[in-house]
Amino acid sequence: MAGRRGGEQPVVPDTEFTSYYGTPVLNPPVWKTPDIPGYLFLGGLAGASSVLAAGYHRAGRHGVATVAKTGALGAVTLSVGALVHDLGRPERFLNMLRVFKPSSPMNIGSWILTGYGPLAGVSALSAVSGKLPRIGAAATAGAALTGPALAAYTAALLSDTAVPAWHEGHRELPYLFVGSGAVAAAGLGLLAAPARAVAPARNLAVAGTALELAAFRRMERRLGMVAEPYRGGGAGRLVRAGDALSVAGVACAALGRRSRLLRGLGGAALLAASACTKWGVFKAGQASAADPKYTVIPQRQRIRAEEP
Amino acid sequence: MRTTRAQPADPAGDSGYPDHPPRMGFFTDTSVCIGCKACEVACKEWNAIPAEGLDLTGMSYDNTGGLGANTWRHVAFIEQNKPVTRPDPGLHQDQDVFTMAERGTSTGEDFRWLMSSDVCKHCTHAACLDVCPTGSLFRTEFGAVVVQEDICNGCGYCIPACPYGVIDQRKEDGRAWKCTLCYDRLGDGLEPACAKACPTDSIQFGPLEELRERAGRRVEELHEAGVADARLYGADPDDGVGGDGAFFLLLDEPEVYGLPPDPVVTTRDLPRMWRHVAGAAAALLAGTAAAFLGTGRG
Repeated sequence: MAGRRGGEQPVVPDTEFTSYYGTPVLNPPVWKTPDIPGYLFLGGLAGASSVLAAGYHRAGRHGVATVAKTGALGAVTLSVGALVHDLGRPERFLNMLRVFKPSSPMNIGSWILTGYGPLAGVSALSAVSGKLPRIGAAATAGAALTGPALAAYTAALLSDTAVPAWHEGHRELPYLFVGSGAVAAAGLGLLAAPARAVAPARNLAVAGTALELAAFRRMERRLGMVAEPYRGGGAGRLVRAGDALSVAGVACAALGRRSRLLRGLGGAALLAASACTKWGVFKAGQASAADPKYTVIPQRQRIRAEEP
Repeated sequence: MRTTRAQPADPAGDSGYPDHPPRMGFFTDTSVCIGCKACEVACKEWNAIPAEGLDLTGMSYDNTGGLGANTWRHVAFIEQNKPVTRPDPGLHQDQDVFTMAERGTSTGEDFRWLMSSDVCKHCTHAACLDVCPTGSLFRTEFGAVVVQEDICNGCGYCIPACPYGVIDQRKEDGRAWKCTLCYDRLGDGLEPACAKACPTDSIQFGPLEELRERAGRRVEELHEAGVADARLYGADPDDGVGGDGAFFLLLDEPEVYGLPPDPVVTTRDLPRMWRHVAGAAAALLAGTAAAFLGTGRG
């Protein structure tokens, strides 16, 4: 443990590994809170809401559809605002569009936003104003097709980094993120839908919660010690709060067939659940980057496994 | 893209320079580093990098801490309870500086210092370059990776992407900064400022192929002299980043110096990530459609 000498307390006392005075190997992400976790939450809410809106639109439930469409537009507008606010030089946002670069999820995300945003905008404006119904319907369909890309790509945005808890989770995070997005959209739907039209939002809440929980458990099992930040500290509390809120939200939705109050509570719980989950994932990544053991130990194990 | 020893990686050629000079790089031989920090200072001066103030880390004689936006060369000081071995039979043959040093400062314990000047690795497969959403990071004709400061919009994506913790954001302007391999000096046939200033030739600059041969000979020399811990780091073109344009001779495990033992370019798994993103997006569409099944119209 020679690298630990020199007076500073090691970050992790129990695990055998060497580091340079316990300092992180990686430079930590400089993305700010609430900008980027907010962006992750709002992107999921917007993308999944557009899909739900298209379903309600097709089913002729225009009241709920309009709420979902305007919710999607509001969420995507706020998310772009959060992204621009996070940039050190917001006037250079357009630099993102000077190239098309599949090796950069952030660049692809900028193109997804550029395609999705106007579709969500036209869809919502047409629904609210009642004008140009055909163009509005086409935009609704377009937003429903591009929305899932917005909800899912943010997982690749996090995974395509050297941050251990994000990178190692790259197989499950996209499913976790769309599950969380579906939970948020279902929450908004529950808040808006009258009793007769609540079933699809409730079904989506169940499916989204199931997908999210399954993806999380699978990721935790596969990641081993790298999953520790998802369980411990502030990130662990947020993840557990997200799990509890989504289960509570689903329960409220299931029981609230007659009670508007119960459905409203359920919807709010689901929205909060999605935000907690995204915040938790974000914080867990930061924690895993700040502690050298999550970088060094898995890489050491990999070297040992490859040795004959 | 696989690279083998028979076919050396050609990052400059792959980046669109059909005729380009040989790939240039650093070989940092930490066995002769004396921790003078001339490299840190020369780098700061040549590149006009802002000072960070006079902070003491309190953990060692290293008061710089690590690489960052305002530190493109960083000298690490590792204090170890290990016997001092004689690392260089080729230098100072008539003076035994280690005996002299032991005589002067001996505490009766076996104690050694490792000193190592760290720098951007200029990876063959560079994650920072891959993930930059604006194209602000680019590959030079010398094979190095450089940030164009007028294009960088401060998104900070390159920072967590770097498996070595090199590039960082400058708080004052929000943009990302790191070593350029002194691109502006190379064009004029000069060597980078840090290598020029290094008094012991711990930092050697030159064509990468040549440096790798020289480094291989140096490791053999040290092994013959009984320094069994000497090893090269970042020299293997088959490693997770395709080999580094700046590689090191270390006297202990990489993590002792704050370096990752087996770094991997983050974009190596990106095709799989995109497939899972597509799968998840399809699942959201299908799941939402299924949520409407049997719920009827109107």
